[in-house]
Amino acid sequence: MNDDPVFKALADPTRRLLLDRLYERDGRSLTELESDLAMTRFGVMKHLRVLEDAGLVVTRRSGREKLHYLNPVPIRLIHDRWIDKYNERRISALADLKNELEDTA
Amino acid sequence: MTTMTATTTQVYQVFIKATPEQIWDAITKPEFTSRYFYASLVDSSFEAGTPYRSWSPDREKLWVDGEVLDSDPPRRLCYTWRALYDEETADEEPSRVTWEIEPQDGSVSKLTVVHDQLERSPKTAENVAGGWTYILSGLKTLLETGEPLSS
Repeated sequence: MNDDPVFKALADPTRRLLLDRLYERDGRSLTELESDLAMTRFGVMKHLRVLEDAGLVVTRRSGREKLHYLNPVPIRLIHDRWIDKYNERRISALADLKNELEDTA
Repeated sequence: MTTMTATTTQVYQVFIKATPEQIWDAITKPEFTSRYFYASLVDSSFEAGTPYRSWSPDREKLWVDGEVLDSDPPRRLCYTWRALYDEETADEEPSRVTWEIEPQDGSVSKLTVVHDQLERSPKTAENVAGGWTYILSGLKTLLETGEPLSS
């Protein structure tokens, strides 16, 4: 699975702000999301499109409204693939260092 | 995920390199759920109106109790959800879980889980918010590699 769209989507402060807004309260319409951003409706739509393409936002219809939901699964996948791995290695590197220093002491 | 404001509808989505039939099996067979769904054993005939149950690994405790509302293999499964594994959530009203499986180009399927009707079950909403992410990540890993996520 290609992680690039997720990293690219996260590499923008407005898009991270949109994710935080949805984290605070999920299932919002475009009108709600644009109301607290100093940005045109078109600008917000463009950012939401990038988030949607990366799978970080999923839209569902509710009556006449299109609601936006935060999908945390891609972030979890990046966590499992990237963060866990390097955390583990760093911890074992520190453990090795400790063993080495204690052995030579 | 403890600070997340639990909402009344939660949506989770993941793309998995697997056929809808493989994903359906992973959702409906205990030999699969035991490997990614907190080791639980699913137990249901998956026909509308029949019970949907999920048991602890030793089959001693009923963890989830519900009823199948709608079943259309291998595309859609919908059931009610009462989480009995936690005393606080066990007392709440049943909520609803819907799995949607859509085949995509290139032998990939889109899997969406919607957990809704959580209006009167705020503790359940908070409880499952982090869980579904873990479960879907584990399900994807299991189907794509044949191995469960290392814990």
